[in-house]
Amino acid sequence: MKYETVVGLEIHAELSTKTKIYCSCENSFGGSENTRCCPVCIGLPGTLPTLNKKVVEYGIKAGLAMNCEIAEYSKQDRKNYFYPDLPKAYQISQFDFPLCEHGFVIIDTENGQKKIGITRIHIEEDAGKFTHDPYRNLSRVDYNRGGVPLIEIVSEPDIRSSAEANAFLEAVRSILKCIGVSDCKMQEGSLRCDVNVSVRPEGQKEFGVRSECKNVNSFSGAVRAIDYERARQIEILESGAEVEQETRRWDDMAGKSFLLRSKEEAHDYRYFPEPDLMPMEISRGWVEEIRESLPELPHEKKARFMAEYGLPEYDSGLISVSDGFSKLLDDTVGCGAAPKEASNWILGEISKEINERCITSDDVPFGGQALAELIALINKGTISGSIAKQIVPDMFESDKSPEEIVKAKGLLQISDEGEIAKIIKEVFEANPKAIEDYKGGKTNVRGFLTGQVMRATKGKANPAVINKQLEIELGKL
Amino acid sequence: MSITKKEVEHLANLARLTLSDDEKARLTREMSNIIDFAQKLDETDYDSVKPTMHANAKTNVFREDEIKPSFKASEILQNAPQQDEGCFVVPRTVE
Ligand SMILES: [Zn+2]
Repeated sequence: MKYETVVGLEIHAELSTKTKIYCSCENSFGGSENTRCCPVCIGLPGTLPTLNKKVVEYGIKAGLAMNCEIAEYSKQDRKNYFYPDLPKAYQISQFDFPLCEHGFVIIDTENGQKKIGITRIHIEEDAGKFTHDPYRNLSRVDYNRGGVPLIEIVSEPDIRSSAEANAFLEAVRSILKCIGVSDCKMQEGSLRCDVNVSVRPEGQKEFGVRSECKNVNSFSGAVRAIDYERARQIEILESGAEVEQETRRWDDMAGKSFLLRSKEEAHDYRYFPEPDLMPMEISRGWVEEIRESLPELPHEKKARFMAEYGLPEYDSGLISVSDGFSKLLDDTVGCGAAPKEASNWILGEISKEINERCITSDDVPFGGQALAELIALINKGTISGSIAKQIVPDMFESDKSPEEIVKAKGLLQISDEGEIAKIIKEVFEANPKAIEDYKGGKTNVRGFLTGQVMRATKGKANPAVINKQLEIELGKL
Repeated sequence: MSITKKEVEHLANLARLTLSDDEKARLTREMSNIIDFAQKLDETDYDSVKPTMHANAKTNVFREDEIKPSFKASEILQNAPQQDEGCFVVPRTVE
């Protein structure tokens, strides 16, 4: 039987506000343990939380960027459970009146564009961080992360494969980064997700019984968790048994999920309105003000790159999801370069260099002016394309302009006909066998001879001039 | 009775409370009385009344996003039953 996978995601993104959600402690990654804490965020009795206005603004911003309706009335609630990373024994979250609802995000799939519904986006506080001592029977808790603001983005079960889930996560990440509400650094845990998976026979209308996978900390982890769950559930169904509704824990190292809680043991959070925090009445004026502050979003950038720059959809899509690349493209074109040439360099050598250096597209140390200059140097014939490629790593390492690098390293292209003719003659003398072959009718040795001239000039010879001079010199033989 | 002994046991478990049989019986009775009292509302027609979400009528109480100094780790940890390497120590907890 053929099965269809149904996936819904709950994404937690840490907001990049200056302070925590309910106190004025600094919100930033790292720092010595328990040095960014106060009586509020370690949950001492008698303390009162105060809501950070920026958190509400960022939540609304994210909602608008994902086409949500923004609530006129919203409140916060207590989600009750005992766990040592949660000092108050409840998490302040939102239950029945979230900040944003009924949105969507467009993703690109192999069958074209697809709309993934956003059920809701709400604000809540993060918990502290555990480290487990492998030698002693104890765990240590650092509450620096406790009270860090989060938004939880809940998708509709509109996702049908792990590839679609990956595209959705990428789309959400690029939106959050673009609007500046989260830095989305997976390695620092600022973006995490829970994955809900079920399978059903193709054509069946009703959803199958779903499981929820927790502890998914990377996009590739989400893809593997979904594929693993799909296989596990199909195996159960094929054996004639039924899938149980349960919470599982994804272990990325093992590439497996493990049972965490059965349906009977499912948490009973007993939500109730948070009495220490007043409800919010979000004025339409504030919402419009935030809407107007939204920057150009990734899908809008993509459309503009295609329409205004005439770039292929592929290039436009890859560049638009990165703020750094989008800015580099705009600036390079602004400095007079042809858009397609700029795009080729960004997606080619520059991307390659970024990967090798394990940095991100936001960390390119040079701007559009430098890239436009590099492209102009090739077009003017000052350097060859292959020399330009050799210069890119230098552009990452020094703040010299491409032209300065070319001069400093003596990489100017050799276009002087006399000089190249001289080198060709030397190559002829050094390769008598090739010349004999040529005379014997093997004209394909031309490629070899061109290569030898390039080698002799360390790639600096102008290919067009080699071609012309080689023609002349071979004619003299 | 509108609350069963089983429900009381469930709630006690969620609240990490150990109750004696006598306490369970008393709480079942008392909680039932509370629920019954609240159910008096069913005798009125409240369809047109908006639910009260909060006891206080105030809304939009916000704080500006400005950093204030945190406490010293030594102060934060002073009530910790056990501490190690600047952290609170708890029994080994892995979920
Ligand atoms: Zn604090």
